[in-house]
Amino acid sequence: MSADALAPVASPQPDSAGHFGRFGGRFVPEALVAALDELDGAWRTAMADESFRAEFAALLRDYAGTPSLLYEARRFSAKVGARVLLKREDLNHTGAHKVRNVLGQALLTKRMGKTRVIAETGAGQHGVATATAAALFDLECVVYMGEVDTERQALNVARMRMLGATVVPVTNGSRTLKDAMNEAMRDWVANVDETHYLIGTAAGPHPFPAMVRDFVRGIGDEARQQCLDLTGALPDAVTACVGGGSNALGIFHAFVGDEAVRLYGFEAGGDGVATSRHAASITGGSAGVLHGARTYVLQDADGQTLESHSISAGLDYPGVGPEHAWLHDTGRATYLPVTDDEAMAAFELLCRTEGIIPAIESAHALAGTLTLAPKLAAELGREPTIVVNLSGRGDKDVHTAGDYFGILDKER
Amino acid sequence: MSRIGVAFDKARADGRALLVGCMPAGFPTVQGSIAAMTAMVEAGVDVIEVEIPYSDPVMDGPVIQKASDIALAGGVRTADTMRIIEAVAATGAPVVTMTYWNPVERYGVDVFARDLASAGGTGLITPDLIPDEADEWLAASDAHGLDRTFLVSPSSTDARLAMTVQHCRGFVYATAVMGVTGARASTSDAAPTLVSRVRAVTDLPVGVGLGVGTGVQAGTVAGYADGVIVGSALVRCVLDAPTEAEGLAALRTLSGELAEGVRNPTR
Repeated sequence: MSADALAPVASPQPDSAGHFGRFGGRFVPEALVAALDELDGAWRTAMADESFRAEFAALLRDYAGTPSLLYEARRFSAKVGARVLLKREDLNHTGAHKVRNVLGQALLTKRMGKTRVIAETGAGQHGVATATAAALFDLECVVYMGEVDTERQALNVARMRMLGATVVPVTNGSRTLKDAMNEAMRDWVANVDETHYLIGTAAGPHPFPAMVRDFVRGIGDEARQQCLDLTGALPDAVTACVGGGSNALGIFHAFVGDEAVRLYGFEAGGDGVATSRHAASITGGSAGVLHGARTYVLQDADGQTLESHSISAGLDYPGVGPEHAWLHDTGRATYLPVTDDEAMAAFELLCRTEGIIPAIESAHALAGTLTLAPKLAAELGREPTIVVNLSGRGDKDVHTAGDYFGILDKER
Repeated sequence: MSRIGVAFDKARADGRALLVGCMPAGFPTVQGSIAAMTAMVEAGVDVIEVEIPYSDPVMDGPVIQKASDIALAGGVRTADTMRIIEAVAATGAPVVTMTYWNPVERYGVDVFARDLASAGGTGLITPDLIPDEADEWLAASDAHGLDRTFLVSPSSTDARLAMTVQHCRGFVYATAVMGVTGARASTSDAAPTLVSRVRAVTDLPVGVGLGVGTGVQAGTVAGYADGVIVGSALVRCVLDAPTEAEGLAALRTLSGELAEGVRNPTR
């Protein structure tokens, strides 16, 4: 990615206090406001600084392996009924788009003179990415992970420890991602002088949603140019999975100003949004405040956060980044749920047609694209071109998928 | 002047600090929490802080988290909290409510303020609502005559400190340490400095919370603050007790010690 890819675009920005319409903002203890202001200032100064942008661009190129490929998936396309172009974020170092965000925030951490990073993680992908950046930048690293997740993602726990991070299993609340985030916030309040909280998605209090979006927006900047180079035109639609929503914002952002390009975010529908077992905050939740921002939240009648469910640990979160809430309200992007079963069918289809094992998160984007393609073709009267963000690789999910498909040999 | 303001003035006239004791609503049960708060009042706690249990309490340490989880698992609703406030206010002690913001927003900010006022609550302490985001609460609290206690922290800049206290009514809550609720072995060095910074910009009484758990610590804080706010140490009395009766007995003993402490400020 060139340094210019970080230049501001004409698409809408939050106000100076981080509000995307009625969403976003800062709902945090006063103790954190000074640190958020410091971060906001450091981020704005850095993004205006040519040397920072050049350093970030060099890291993304030489270390993370971007720009990632835009690959025309012909055999998958034939099954879908659309020209499908996969943005291969699964090929990045550490196996997902998340490396872009952690490199940006780790650089900022250094700039602010802080020596310690903390992070929350669900599936462990963001934890591994943070531990990776911490190793590279010689920062102390503590990762909070729900106890339930440390059990189902034991391999990623080992990876983080291998990289020198301390993994703290969180045993309170529902013992999953949201509780890991609570615990990271508590750590941050107590240790804010030397610690940066490296949030893993475009959620949380301002400036995190806009800042994380800026660090991952290279996905869309690259994809837009690659699509023009490959097809001579912009795509008809761009699709991505949405949990917290950083990969989706990363690919959407460059296209927000292109009115003819439809944007689709596919949420984790779990057993179905009509059941109580899903993680679809926009399609199955309501406006509320969670983890520092106003956004769509899965909550009960008293505003207590509900437990989410998804076969994909990375989407298993009861909130969503505030910019998505706003893109939904304005109608600029469309959000639809994809069930566990639909995602796993698409997972299998990509494995068999392209020899690519996607992350189960990304399989939600593939599944949504399968449903979307015939509708879009009918509407346009021709084969549509769809750019799908293949946000991560599926190595981490082999055990879950093996269980799901019943293809693991019985343990002796 | 608000009822809390009157109570602070009276304590000040008596040459002592006000003792504020916190307990989550519905912990261990709705009736149990009313019994606990009533016992605290009888044993010398001046003001009861009723915390609305919340699923994601980021400013609370392990003791209050656990108590909140127990209350929520028992099925306590926001409407139950209103009943608890009404029952405790009937003892004559001022009742202030501590709540994370989402339960209020979900209830409806104006309706919440109306119901809180009619239950006899004096106002809200809002740990995750800063004045910057509080327009709706400023309007609702004005409309229903409720106090607003925002938090100030050792990390607050002078400008934020001035802005925050300007939006407070009743009293200001100074968080003594950078951290979450929970009793600590020693009281904070940062707190006296923070309190004098607050006094430089307002005449409102200042309560100090986070980490106070013994009569001696209460005396130390009473030496420089108008109010001493105790939570986790009181909650632990109930949490650790094998029976409800023993919990209430422990609660009375500690409340008495704390009440003694605020009457013997260490200057």
